[in-house]
Amino acid sequence: MAENAPEGSAAASGPNADTNDSRGPADAFLGGSLRHAAGPYYGAYGGRWMPESLIAALDELEETFEKAKQDPEFLAEIAELNRNYSGRPSLLTEAKRFSAHAGGVRVFLKREDLNHTGSHKINNVLGQALLAKRMGKTRIIAETGAGQHGVASATAAAFLGLECVVYMGAEDCRRQALNVARMQLLGATVVPVTNGSQTLKDAINDALRDWVANVETTHYLLGTAAGAHPFPSLVRFFHEVIGEEARAQILEQTAKLPDAVCACIGGGSNAIGIFHGFLDDPSVRLYGFEAGGDGVETGRHAATITLGRPGVLHGARSYLMQDEDGQTIESHSISAGLDYPGVGPEHSYLHDIGRVAYEPITDAEAMEAFSLLCRTEGIIPAIESSHALAGAIKVGQRLAAEGGDPSDRIVIVNLSGRGDKDVQTAADWFGMLDENGQVKGTTLSTRQPKGASPHTAGAVGTGEENA
Amino acid sequence: MSASQQTGPVTGERAAVSKVAAAIDRAKAEGRAALVGYLPAGYPSVQESIDAAIELARNGADVIEIGIPYSDPVMDGSVIQAATTEALARGFRVASVFDVVKAVTDATAALGTAVLVMTYWNPVMRMGVDEFARRLAEAGGAGLITPDLIPDEAAEWFDASEKYGLDRVFLVAPSTTPERMAMTVAATRGFTYAVSLMGVTGAREAVDQSAQRVVAGAREAGAERVCVGLGVSNAEHVREIAAYADGVIVGTAIVSALRDGGPAAVGRLAAELSSGLGRATGPA
Ligand SMILES: Cc1ncc(COP(=O)(O)O)c(C=O)c1O
Repeated sequence: MAENAPEGSAAASGPNADTNDSRGPADAFLGGSLRHAAGPYYGAYGGRWMPESLIAALDELEETFEKAKQDPEFLAEIAELNRNYSGRPSLLTEAKRFSAHAGGVRVFLKREDLNHTGSHKINNVLGQALLAKRMGKTRIIAETGAGQHGVASATAAAFLGLECVVYMGAEDCRRQALNVARMQLLGATVVPVTNGSQTLKDAINDALRDWVANVETTHYLLGTAAGAHPFPSLVRFFHEVIGEEARAQILEQTAKLPDAVCACIGGGSNAIGIFHGFLDDPSVRLYGFEAGGDGVETGRHAATITLGRPGVLHGARSYLMQDEDGQTIESHSISAGLDYPGVGPEHSYLHDIGRVAYEPITDAEAMEAFSLLCRTEGIIPAIESSHALAGAIKVGQRLAAEGGDPSDRIVIVNLSGRGDKDVQTAADWFGMLDENGQVKGTTLSTRQPKGASPHTAGAVGTGEENA
Repeated sequence: MSASQQTGPVTGERAAVSKVAAAIDRAKAEGRAALVGYLPAGYPSVQESIDAAIELARNGADVIEIGIPYSDPVMDGSVIQAATTEALARGFRVASVFDVVKAVTDATAALGTAVLVMTYWNPVMRMGVDEFARRLAEAGGAGLITPDLIPDEAAEWFDASEKYGLDRVFLVAPSTTPERMAMTVAATRGFTYAVSLMGVTGAREAVDQSAQRVVAGAREAGAERVCVGLGVSNAEHVREIAAYADGVIVGTAIVSALRDGGPAAVGRLAAELSSGLGRATGPA
């Protein structure tokens, strides 16, 4: 599948050459396909900035992956699970009432929120868990921010009979308590991480420390298209299905390609998955929306590409939020899943060559779009995905301003997840909670609670008791 | 990965320019292994980290590793993380490491102590590899230990270390294949850092059995000087490793001593650890 990858030649020129990738987008198109870039380098980005202790495991993973993706049996297994377990293909839904707020262009939602476990994360997790089994590993570890990747990992582990440990920043545990309980119900152990900023980056640090110590038995199931080679291309591979489906569906529903595709960017996995389907369609504009937090001018944001500069973190060279000393800067976002100071290396490359435009969306803009989708379409989106929705509103308005009939214009939004996990955060944001954190108007009952007494053992067991 | 085809310099451990090799060879000439001690710069303060490193050298350390506190130290366990986090919280700046290196090098000139800097790669990249190397050499530093930089990605560092005559200490691990071992040893100058176990820094009860295997693998690959680190906590561990390696690296135990008893406690621990260095007969 990788025969067209132009990065093969870029790799030979080495990772350290800041300047040696001078290709503009036009050159990139002339040079062939941007799809299926195999890594380890994407222009000057990517690589393996990792302790030697882990290189053998990365080599083993790469080798297993390269074989698996040529193996019809493996591909059939993935396709079967996607169909009968995750519920793929996910729908492409036209958001007609929402469209009115986006300059009147036609907005379509790629419904990754309808996948089993409620987000795109399941695509990658099933693929990697199958690879883990191929490598004979019995234990998977994962980091999680919003908890969606943790829940997906716990799900795949339960389904495939693997032990699962999830590292989650203590701050994220607080923000996404419901997902902590979901992971535990699925039999996973959740380890709250109290180092550093207590969010996603620190969860990755602790997962890496676990991996170094347990690499014989353990696969690190990284949840986004970042990290050391082969993770960026491997994670993308399992998410390419999003873009492939979306392209076929939009052609079927409208008989033409979209004008623009919008996705939110945490580490970049849902975005690279949907972009991949359109990378070689020059007429399709691609937009990645980063978390602008309180606003990029406040310094409290997670707009890595917008304001970061190249550096190395968690195994790859890529854009990075860092200070003058090269210390990682803490990111800020209302969305736990976007609250990460790094970004996948392929995005850094796509930014530099101008193929994808990356823009920040503030917390307030995202929450407005969140509310809008709830009320116009009857869909509660994840706050992560709400960044893409807010971006699509802007893109739609810009397209409309270019003239012509806006209803001839088409924008696809990757609705990467559903918002069930975010109800508490949203209720808080919209002032729906009383001073005790209870939803206003829900504490009026004068009866004794009728609920059953708790059966804690069932809820917190490892799920392996009967194994 | 294709990057491993990237070639490093063909030189091996060139003793002529390596301060670290000279320090290890001096120990060897005395019939013992070398003691390599780690301390983070700026912990608990810049001055105390200097004082502690000097104590370390005066009490038997042949090579000093000065660590740069970093926000994301994935190869470090809780003790070193806590120390470096504290240093950062107190406002440690990367450029101060050159002050620490210079002060320690100057104060230990008579002893011939070699001072290496151990750092995660991003702070070096941020300053600029050439600029960092230039300032390190200017401060009298011997070179760098790079826990998250493998030779495959080190093109810029090869250039800079050649230009300024600095040592390049790369790590090898129990998981390192013979092929990578050969590549890494060839890229190394000063000594090859044999990671004793699969894990992060931190005190351990016993030295992992795999340590001796890693050293043997490195020697087979042509390494002239191999030092063992990770989990080495007491004189008994030192004695065990000194029997087969050229040097013994102690980190967490020294940081704990500094935390609990200040620079004087570091001196006492170094003296005790040194007692394990002799090959033939350890002192009682
Ligand atoms: C629903 C949803 N969308 C997006 C993301 C961001 O991750 P990525 O950029 O890898 O798609 C997350 C991460 O947790 C998520 O849960």
